[in-house]
Amino acid sequence: MRQFIEGSHAIAEVIKLCKPGVISAYPITPQTHIVEDLAQMVADGSVDAQFVNVESEHSAASVVLGGAAAGVRSYTATSSQGLFYMSEVIFNIAGLRLPLVLTCANRAVSAPINIWNDQQDSISLRDAGWIQLYAEDIQEAVDLHIIGYKISEDKDVMLPVMVCMDGFILTHGIETVDIPSQEQVDKFLPPYKALYKLDVDDPMTIGPLVGPDYYMETRYAIQKTLGDCLKIIPQAIADFSKDFGRNYSGLVEAYQVKDAERVIIAMGSVCGSIKDVVDELRSKGKKVGLLKIVSYRPFPVDAICNSLKDVPKVAVLDKAVSLGSYAPLASEIRSAFFGKKKAPKVISSFIAGLGGRDITKDSIKEIYRLLTAKELQEEFIDLKPELLKEKYE
Amino acid sequence: MNNNLLSAGHTACSGCGQSLAARMVIDAAGKNTVVVNNTGCLEVFSTAYPESAWGVPWVHSLFENAAAVASGVEAGLIYLGKKDSINVIAQGGDGSTADIGLQALSGMLERGHDILYVCYDNEAYMNTGVQRSGLTPFDTNTTTSPSGKKSSGNIRPKKPMPEIANAHGIPYVATASAGYPQDIQRKVKKALSIKGPKYLQIHVPCPLGWRHEPNLTIEVGKLAVECGLYPLIEYESGKLSAVRKISAKPVEEYLKVQGRFKHLLSNPEEIKKIQAIADYNIEKYGLKLQTEAGS
Repeated sequence: MRQFIEGSHAIAEVIKLCKPGVISAYPITPQTHIVEDLAQMVADGSVDAQFVNVESEHSAASVVLGGAAAGVRSYTATSSQGLFYMSEVIFNIAGLRLPLVLTCANRAVSAPINIWNDQQDSISLRDAGWIQLYAEDIQEAVDLHIIGYKISEDKDVMLPVMVCMDGFILTHGIETVDIPSQEQVDKFLPPYKALYKLDVDDPMTIGPLVGPDYYMETRYAIQKTLGDCLKIIPQAIADFSKDFGRNYSGLVEAYQVKDAERVIIAMGSVCGSIKDVVDELRSKGKKVGLLKIVSYRPFPVDAICNSLKDVPKVAVLDKAVSLGSYAPLASEIRSAFFGKKKAPKVISSFIAGLGGRDITKDSIKEIYRLLTAKELQEEFIDLKPELLKEKYE
Repeated sequence: MNNNLLSAGHTACSGCGQSLAARMVIDAAGKNTVVVNNTGCLEVFSTAYPESAWGVPWVHSLFENAAAVASGVEAGLIYLGKKDSINVIAQGGDGSTADIGLQALSGMLERGHDILYVCYDNEAYMNTGVQRSGLTPFDTNTTTSPSGKKSSGNIRPKKPMPEIANAHGIPYVATASAGYPQDIQRKVKKALSIKGPKYLQIHVPCPLGWRHEPNLTIEVGKLAVECGLYPLIEYESGKLSAVRKISAKPVEEYLKVQGRFKHLLSNPEEIKKIQAIADYNIEKYGLKLQTEAGS
């Protein structure tokens, strides 16, 4: 049913449809509306779940770990410092091969404290063994949660999924969203049957001490599974699109890329603005395009290279920094093309939108303008030079 | 009777008080039990892959989160409609309970989960090489609270964990000792008969860290209780309901059999301070055995 709805409320509605049995979360802006709604649904009896109010994000992640280990579909949501405080458990959940969906309402990280959007939080946990999917709009965020459970619980996957949606921009934005029916979701996402769990009739030891003779294989197995996910994820997205009447393209979305001379690569809500700019510039005859990355982990190297092999100039837009090195997404895009015969001649790197600074249409036009034969490294967009002159003496 | 829920063949040290106590706990709890374990000696010596000593479903996640993981397991079992027939036990050592895991434990106690938390208190971080914890006693020589020219060891007394647990308003708090194995089992059974959060702290001598002979584990455990340094007490619904009466042996009898207190034996002033701690416990909990003459 189509509803004019706030992003967080839409996520709560879709989690309700996914029927988790254990929900646990700790308050952090801008994730709060999601879990407040779920708490109300549990209080009203419309969601049949155990809602565990914890004393920290570390425990929120630990509670859903316990729920998943007990064989129950579980859910949590967090943001920024909360995700960082969870990080020890985040790595652990993937290592234990437990299925889970977590919503990350993307937000900047301290210091200085800042509650507004960028993607530094989830990007910083890219090596944790989680699948990371980035939503462009509220509809896609809603749909990625259903797809997320489907992928996570696939017996050939058994890894947690983080659905990343830009804080405030998507969590507090209001859009017309198609909230699927319970029948549709039930058909696509049957009740969770755990491959392994804590069962008194079939006792097993989960999380033992693993020494040098066995440890490497556990990490290899996750790496291998994430490689397999480059086929499993697009298949799940295609199945979903067919069942729910959407037209998602999979790991990446190429928008006006075919004959493009200049393409921006980006993730998340900024892709919507970039599409508007592409339309505007195209109407003026400029051959520009966008490559949206949906799946950041696993990183879809082949899909990216295939999409961009004939594009001469590419700009990578990062909403995060790897302080002291190349921007995270840009560095991976460059790696992806290293040694490839057909590759862009220019891969320039831009950083924008940190700590909630708006990325306007003008910001995006500026990126296209700066995307020339001269390759740029970590070019910060919309910096205020007057602030950089201040000295502390 | 098949009592192999923590089976032999694990890699604990000779004379390990924790392995003895853990076996008492799980055998008393029975096979319809899920165990959630913090990182520590117990986890390491009982689950070195590809072997496991556990005959019950058992999960280890991290050093400090057993109480929170157990909360999730309990919530999951409630959701599945299975909680009434299954015990959930969360357990860890003194460091993972009273230091790094105190927040998760406090959350578990405060939220009212139907879980028994067991702290195996060997009074230091033994798994990493005998570093002091919040439950290391006053004047103990550990690798991070060594005695020396300017120090007689650990500068602070034990954190009062049973009282901290009791302050959460939970239905059952008790202490026990590897010196009294049957008492451990009685307390575990009693705890599991009560719905809600329960806290059991078991004193478990560690021959390696305490530097006593491995064949003295039971005796050392008993001496700690008998001198008043480790009172065996029970709180029910917040009220002190039972204590183990003692003859109140001098603390020196307990101290002198352990290398971790060797530096004190030539220092009567420090022994007096430790005796004062025992005397305080004896007074506070009414531990002294009354003779028939009522002395």
